[in-house]
Amino acid sequence: MRFLSESPSVYSQCYRVLDDAGQLISHSNFVPVSEEVAVKMYSNMVTLQTLDTVFYEAQRQGRISFYVTSIGEEAINIASAAALTSDDIVFPQYREPGVLLWRGFTLQEFANQCFGNKADYGKGRQMPIHYGSNKLNYFTVSSTIATQIPHAVGAAYSLKMDKKDACAVTYFGDGGTSEGDFHAAMNFAAVTESPVIFICRNNGWAISTPTSDQFRSDGIAVRGQAYGVRSIRVDGNDALAMYSAVRSARQMAVNEHRPILIEAVTYRVGHHSTSDDSTKYRPADEIEWWRMARDPVTRFRKWIEINGWWGSEAESQLRSSIRSQLLHAIQIAERAEKPPVNDLFTDVYDNIPSNLREQEKLLKETINRHPKDYPADVPI
Amino acid sequence: MLAIARQRMLGQSFKKILPAVSVLRSYSSAAKQITVREALNSALDEEMSADPKVFLMGEEVGEYQGAYKITKGLLEKYGPERVLDTPITEAGFTGIGVGAAYYGLKPVVEFMTFNFSMQAIDHIINSAAKSNYMSAGQISVPIVFRGPNGAAAGVGAQHSQCYAAWYASCPGLKVLSPYNSEDARGLLKAAIRDPDPVVFLENELLYGESFPVSDEVLDSSFCLPIGKAKIEREGKDVTITAFSKMVGYALKVSEMLERDGIYAEVINLRSIRPLDRSTINTSVRKTNRLITVEEGFPQHGVGAEICASVVEESFSYLDAPVERIAGADVPMPYAANLERMAVPQVEDIFRAAKRACYRSVPLAATA
Repeated sequence: MRFLSESPSVYSQCYRVLDDAGQLISHSNFVPVSEEVAVKMYSNMVTLQTLDTVFYEAQRQGRISFYVTSIGEEAINIASAAALTSDDIVFPQYREPGVLLWRGFTLQEFANQCFGNKADYGKGRQMPIHYGSNKLNYFTVSSTIATQIPHAVGAAYSLKMDKKDACAVTYFGDGGTSEGDFHAAMNFAAVTESPVIFICRNNGWAISTPTSDQFRSDGIAVRGQAYGVRSIRVDGNDALAMYSAVRSARQMAVNEHRPILIEAVTYRVGHHSTSDDSTKYRPADEIEWWRMARDPVTRFRKWIEINGWWGSEAESQLRSSIRSQLLHAIQIAERAEKPPVNDLFTDVYDNIPSNLREQEKLLKETINRHPKDYPADVPI
Repeated sequence: MLAIARQRMLGQSFKKILPAVSVLRSYSSAAKQITVREALNSALDEEMSADPKVFLMGEEVGEYQGAYKITKGLLEKYGPERVLDTPITEAGFTGIGVGAAYYGLKPVVEFMTFNFSMQAIDHIINSAAKSNYMSAGQISVPIVFRGPNGAAAGVGAQHSQCYAAWYASCPGLKVLSPYNSEDARGLLKAAIRDPDPVVFLENELLYGESFPVSDEVLDSSFCLPIGKAKIEREGKDVTITAFSKMVGYALKVSEMLERDGIYAEVINLRSIRPLDRSTINTSVRKTNRLITVEEGFPQHGVGAEICASVVEESFSYLDAPVERIAGADVPMPYAANLERMAVPQVEDIFRAAKRACYRSVPLAATA
């Protein structure tokens, strides 16, 4: 009689390609990346970092109501996106705007959603950072945790039925794996043999809950085997490792019709959101160390500089250009009109029902009778 | 003499109604009879045949032929890719169904009973109902959630709740509840074809009941409109609204009332959301009295909404207070005698109708 131990004798290995100095680790196999792709990846990582900084500041200034940063997780965002194709359907949690950025969502489009103006594709219905784009195969962010995981499996199953050369990809944090939806989705994906990639951003924190209070397993990757799902643990701050792992995962998912679980180990450098002050529950020097010594952007920069593909002039040019583009986009978004009043009533159903049409008419009449009681910048 | 006078009155004012009654009583000449189960099964079969995007998922829907045999024969006909036996996780398979609908397939998700849908209700409301709105029309969710709803017989509190009021309060959902075989076929087909998420509330005890259906109903293109109630029986003295099994009770009550010279108009709601307020109000403006009937809990129920609608739109037409007949305000007990007391019976509806017509001794005033 032998009980399986509750913890492994050896922690699951973590796949890495670059060391902290941005140099290739010997004997590490990886999918090579061209100069063009590498520079594009780096620029996107810098853009994401700058986007986060500028919008965070905007929230602090009271110009937008809310914001969520992805500081420290730029490699996960951009490298995973680079390894996918545009046909792969993405089901995000809310800390993956980099995937949208890689696929071509413009800085102006990000700003429009955050300001909830007339040009927002969401018609001003959701809080900031709830981006979505049908065109870019990125499903609208929803606030509920982990609900996107079974959605991704359903979509993957549908892709398989349609025999498409594409997979579904879903992202979630360490905290999200505690939800029942994670369990059901993993189990289902294995049983239905669906082409889906589960990417867990294990960043150590679920708001103020550290992983030691979240689960007692050796992280997330080990759970794969419990469901019959192939899995890997990756250094999430290593852009090359992320790229290689997601590339290989995609190939297996699509060609072998199987789910793959990737645990990307990283650290949430920023606060959970603008409603949080993480110095209240974790030491400030821990945050600083991860921000400086373990920055994924700096690490990748070192590698592309070693290859002669980047320099300090390109760096300062890029950063100032992005920053001014962002400030400009924010100005435009801020000044734009808000969505019209009839957008309050559309899309509840496919066709607007008569009771809502009536309510809309009543509302417009009331606004016309008492214009001083209503905001001037909402077009009727 | 009063009786004769009434007869003459009937003869005149019912000239319009008699043909309608005969239409209602016989759906067509040489009517075929099918059970509600057969109606649902044939509707699923035909819609799956017509549209390859339609697929079924749920516990026991495949190999077992369906917990209540509604999906009988479909696994054999369409294969395991289109009839999916799921692991036991309502939250899981509902989420997966919604994901498939996001992608563009048309899943029909079965809950063994809607009591179990509570484990999946976050996906029904937050992932399905609200998605089209929250995504500003980018994500449509053409999904159907179906299964038995409400009381059965001797299944206790956790298997007997009616969810009509819960789901019908949520914008973004459509909620349907068929009574007979014609309803079952027409409404299920409409639900599957509809681009919005639909909650389809069946009734376990009605599955085995047979109803006559016309050739039109049996045609594969047959479809009923969502949001239209049906006047099962026309009348002039009191309006009785009901849905699902209670429609049968209301019709029985209307026969009993007729012997007392009271002609009830029975409305089969068919659609709980959108509620056919226009048909209900037109009827109440004609009869001036209203009884609402449902099996579910009384507080915040379907009857409460109907009453509010009538008070808002037809207040001056009411000659008597609106009465709600509903299930008892207790979790459903198991013992047969207690269960019988906890759901509306024909006598309860009959007495309420008479009270509304001021034709019975009123109940003692309660504090």
